[in-house]
Amino acid sequence: MTEGGKTTSPKLSPAARAVKKWRRKRGALIMVLHEIQNQAGFVPRETAREIAEGMEVPLARVYEVLTFYNYFKLRPPGKAVISVCTGTACHLKGAPELVAELEKELEIGQGETTPDGLFHLQCVRCVGCCGLAPAISVNGKIYGKAAPSQVRQILAEWRAVFREEDVDD
Amino acid sequence: MTEPDLKKIAGEELARQGEKSARIACCASTGCLSSGSGEVMEALLEALSSHGLADKVEVVPTGCMGLCSHGPLLGLEIGGEDGFRFLYQEVNPLLTRLIVAEHLLPSLEAGGDFPVPEFLSSHLLPLDIPFFTRQEKVVLANAGRINPERIEEYIAAGGYRALEKILREKTPDAVIEEVARSGLRGRGGGGYPTGVKWRNTADSRGGEKFIICNGDEGDPGAYMDRSILEGDPHAVIEGMLIAGYAVGAQSGWFYIRAEYPLAVERVEKALKQARGRGLLGKNILGTDFSFDCRVRLGAGAFVCGEETALLASVEGKRGTPRPRPPYPSQSGLWDSPSCVNNVETLANVPAIIRQGAGWYAGMGTETSKGTKVFALTGKARYSGLIEVPMGTTLREIVEEIGGGSSSGRPLKAIQTGGPSGGVIPVSLLDTPVCYEKFQELGSIMGSGGMIVMDGADSMAEIAAFYLEFTVDESCGKCAPCRIGGKQMLDLLKKIAAGEGNARDLSQVRRLSEAMRRGSLCGLGQTAPNPVDSTLRYFEGEYLNLLKTDDD
Repeated sequence: MTEGGKTTSPKLSPAARAVKKWRRKRGALIMVLHEIQNQAGFVPRETAREIAEGMEVPLARVYEVLTFYNYFKLRPPGKAVISVCTGTACHLKGAPELVAELEKELEIGQGETTPDGLFHLQCVRCVGCCGLAPAISVNGKIYGKAAPSQVRQILAEWRAVFREEDVDD
Repeated sequence: MTEPDLKKIAGEELARQGEKSARIACCASTGCLSSGSGEVMEALLEALSSHGLADKVEVVPTGCMGLCSHGPLLGLEIGGEDGFRFLYQEVNPLLTRLIVAEHLLPSLEAGGDFPVPEFLSSHLLPLDIPFFTRQEKVVLANAGRINPERIEEYIAAGGYRALEKILREKTPDAVIEEVARSGLRGRGGGGYPTGVKWRNTADSRGGEKFIICNGDEGDPGAYMDRSILEGDPHAVIEGMLIAGYAVGAQSGWFYIRAEYPLAVERVEKALKQARGRGLLGKNILGTDFSFDCRVRLGAGAFVCGEETALLASVEGKRGTPRPRPPYPSQSGLWDSPSCVNNVETLANVPAIIRQGAGWYAGMGTETSKGTKVFALTGKARYSGLIEVPMGTTLREIVEEIGGGSSSGRPLKAIQTGGPSGGVIPVSLLDTPVCYEKFQELGSIMGSGGMIVMDGADSMAEIAAFYLEFTVDESCGKCAPCRIGGKQMLDLLKKIAAGEGNARDLSQVRRLSEAMRRGSLCGLGQTAPNPVDSTLRYFEGEYLNLLKTDDD
């Protein structure tokens, strides 16, 4: 299908696999980028280039899309991505205090990753758990009705998860 | 594919359900899963099998039951009664085991009325509170009752009968006529008459036509569409099928926020089941109508809720809006006639066809018909997802259904319509829910976020909060929105910090006017709403923050 008969090789790169699945479908570029981001947590430059070639679109088109949407990341995030919901309900019920506490505990700002690569802190618009405001989500696990006093415990919980993973390695 | 016999499927499903001596519904929507309903479900299954009840009692993972602030929720239906007689709140695995051992088991053994032990009854929600009794569920009728991952349950609840009815009895024209007579208007916020939109798309020339379901629910503080997609995906699919038949479209495209993974998963599962039953694909129900659906994901851009931006995004491009006309009904997705409808709008359609336009138009006010789903959040005692007939007053919603203030402080205002909406002060709580009334007051109906604010919330700060959102989400294409928003936000922050003066405030007003008139799309045109409406009703708060020249 693609030049050089790449598709016949048994082990395709993630980008090649996503391109193969989507290239004949309409409106596929964003879906391809989603597949990459879901696997790698971000879209590396090399992968973006591979996608551009495979989908036969200019690299600029790929970056135009990547940089427009908040969801796509160009750099690897930390192992644990902490998303503080800053939707209206959460804002009213103390999201700013949660952000301040996380910034203090992690010694980083919003959109930054801790030097050890463990935690990435970001603010997101409404995770849709307004009944549980204020909410924090860590790698998809949601902590509802969160209080600044719980922050340390949540961080400790995730540090423990990664310590166990290290031991497993 | 052999034609599916809906009556037979429904009959078999009802017979299967009838064999069970009890049904336990466990809310499996994002809200309750976040509060631990996954663990509750595991404990429930384990407890049932250890008591030998696994075959007698059916566990139903359902969509949103509504009262998210008190989740996880567990509903018990014992002995073939219709609807829950017991609804447990804030359930955990231990409580679940106790409910099975001390309530369910003895009830089944006693075979009649069984007094709930006191240590359990304190966890029961009274079902006669206005939160439950004052609602009118059309769109949410199935959410919280059926398992959204089983098409048989949707069919048993009367699902896909509306589709069958129109394919057998009605011309596309007659379907459009029926929807137009129902008075249904766009539930995404615009309030454009759905029948007119369908008519325009049907009248446009084009070999290929599209139905697009707008599930890019971006308003912070709103999660109606997510809950509908999670709780009753087949209703939306059936709505799309009916819309597709009416306007002459061959395919339907779901555009859903990537931040809603569970909704995406349930929709994809539902599509697969509908295809498997011959309800999507070629020659549906033995007619010459063919239609299928695809899913495309958003990627975190609020502006994509605007229909021309949304279409660009479905095509896989940057989601920037373009000037209209041409309207999507003339030239939309891939330049073909397209009809963009919101999730809740489409979910209303099967009920309208089943029960008739007259029935639907019988609910609501002169100009706003039917019901509306709201996400009631903020400082309300009972917060969650509610559905009320149009025309219900804000007072009924906030004071009765919402149970008043959760903080003990008196309430101050209600925010509706998200970043494009405004605040309505408590002095105007007797306003009925209606598109025009909300607009007169400087807010909008919006998609259905309703945020209750109390005396502790500063209006200037709230205005700055919303404006910061729209500034952040401005796509940057037109100058009034890109530059005006930023300048206005800087001024507002200055004022909120007590550093502004009277000149700054009048500059805010001028910028607001410029954005409103000069912006290309709805995002920029409505961005000043939160500022204007807080200024309109709470000008004193702003004035108190201003520095006088003597300072």
